[in-house]
Amino acid sequence: MAEYNKSEAELEAVFQQKIDSEQKIEPKDWMPEAYRKNLIRQMSQHAHSEVIGMQPEGNFITRAPSLRRKTVLLSKVQDEGGHGLYLYSATETLGIARSELIAALQSGEAKYASIFNYPAQTWGDMGAIGWLVDGAAIVNQVSLQRTSYGPYSRGMIRICKEESFHQRQGYVIMMELAKGTPEQKQMAQDSLNRFYWPALMMFGPHDSESAHSAKSMKWKIKRETNDDLRQKFIDQTAPQIAYLGLEHPDKDLVWNEEKGQHDSGEIDWEEFYAVINGNGHSNRQRIQHHVKAHEEGAWVRDAMSAYKQKKSQRKINADTAA
Amino acid sequence: MTSSTETVSTQDIIDYATRLGDDAIVIGHRLSEWVSKAPFIEEDVAIGNVSLDFLGHARMYYTYAAEVSNKQNGTDDVTEDTFAYLRDERQFQNHLLHELHKGDFAYTTARQLLVDVYNKYFLEQLEKSNDATLAAIAMKASKESKYHCRRSKDWTLRLGDGTSESHERMQVALNDIWGYTHELFELDELEQRLVDAGVAVDCTTLKADWLKEVTAIIEEATLTVPDQDWAVRGGRQGYHTEHLGHLLTEMQFVHRSFPGAKW
Ligand SMILES: [Fe+2]
Ligand SMILES: [Fe+2]
Ligand SMILES: [Fe+2]
Repeated sequence: MAEYNKSEAELEAVFQQKIDSEQKIEPKDWMPEAYRKNLIRQMSQHAHSEVIGMQPEGNFITRAPSLRRKTVLLSKVQDEGGHGLYLYSATETLGIARSELIAALQSGEAKYASIFNYPAQTWGDMGAIGWLVDGAAIVNQVSLQRTSYGPYSRGMIRICKEESFHQRQGYVIMMELAKGTPEQKQMAQDSLNRFYWPALMMFGPHDSESAHSAKSMKWKIKRETNDDLRQKFIDQTAPQIAYLGLEHPDKDLVWNEEKGQHDSGEIDWEEFYAVINGNGHSNRQRIQHHVKAHEEGAWVRDAMSAYKQKKSQRKINADTAA
Repeated sequence: MTSSTETVSTQDIIDYATRLGDDAIVIGHRLSEWVSKAPFIEEDVAIGNVSLDFLGHARMYYTYAAEVSNKQNGTDDVTEDTFAYLRDERQFQNHLLHELHKGDFAYTTARQLLVDVYNKYFLEQLEKSNDATLAAIAMKASKESKYHCRRSKDWTLRLGDGTSESHERMQVALNDIWGYTHELFELDELEQRLVDAGVAVDCTTLKADWLKEVTAIIEEATLTVPDQDWAVRGGRQGYHTEHLGHLLTEMQFVHRSFPGAKW
């Protein structure tokens, strides 16, 4: 039956039925406006995170302590740029242009993962970021492979393939440090201490506090709750910390036999909201860096389109002359 | 390349491979400074790729220098990193062109055009070296350098023949860089010995082809080839611009802060 014959409520029922039966929603399908908006918010935030996330690690490419590590880190950061690109294109299928998304990032209207507002200070941070930050991102992204919007789901499948290399390169850095000199081991511990809690915060507020959760779950944009995903990450990370021979930053962490998972200490939510609200070390720097690169690139983008135009004009002239 | 009955000194091979590694690491490092700062994300990724290619070349040259060095001295502790991280400014022997600052996107493009076209001709010759390892490295690097040339040509055309601002920036960049190209085509005694032995490239023979190709691209881009009169030289003798010291300071800082550590 043609869609224009249906009422909004009927369309919504068909839409929800598709979702309930695990069919993907595709760009041409009818979707509620709020679903579209919610996706644009989440997907663009994800794209911005990939791009802003290039900065803290980009900050160490020129200082990587061996040629091998320099090569691996550069490839990793480059992948993140590629992820940003897939995700911007996937978001564009919802009828919004990359330029609009970037404008929203630069004005502060759109968000990016708050973890990137923490400064990268030492080489150990390259290890901690790859291992914990990409590690937490993977837990979330694996879950999002089953998200209801087709282009987002396919983007996640593609991205997840590269993410496991990112986490591994981070963990390899940590292993080298942990089995290295006492100073190196100290560096690893320090980075773990600074990035562990912020990595847990990446999963967002507790489910009871999360503004977007209920609707996102019903529409299967999100497939698992913040707290469930966070728990997975806590459980997978504990033995990795033990293997490195480092001290666990959470002094309250204990294995709960009955639940088959760890009980853990409480996150400092005051810090979480403070950083989100602009009080991290690098919030302003990250956006200013992005704006500066964008503005300094304006003449290059202008030159590109001017050249393209000249070229097609010349072709038209040549064709008419012929 | 002429073959010769003279035996080649292993120290000469080490020094030559190290120089070629120096050129590659320094330009690779400069390009990597663009990551997260490019005019748009596709370019962050593309520049990163070119940077990775140069890092790869540097690692092959340095690894070869390390192997020969360990063999010569009966050691096993010299690695690619020894060359990259534990030598000072006066010991680096890259051509000056590579170390010049990152500059704006026009500066990077202009420099890269001159470097990439040079490398294309240089590597074609190095493929014929009677040193099998150098020839194999050149074979691999040569494929990448052809892609680099296309990319640099495309950008030179876009910027030279784009807007009046981009045109102006490209011309200023070419004028500021040109004087550093002359030494690319000069041989010192070390290289002359290796040319005689059929190992090194006689870079004096590359100038005509290089100039012809570069001139054609510059003119197609509606730009002007700068005047030939000024020339700065000294890279192969460790007589560097002030740019290199800062590059090495940054590159070597972490490595040198932890003597003997593994990464
Ligand atoms: Fe990421
Ligand atoms: Fe990513
Ligand atoms: Fe990643």
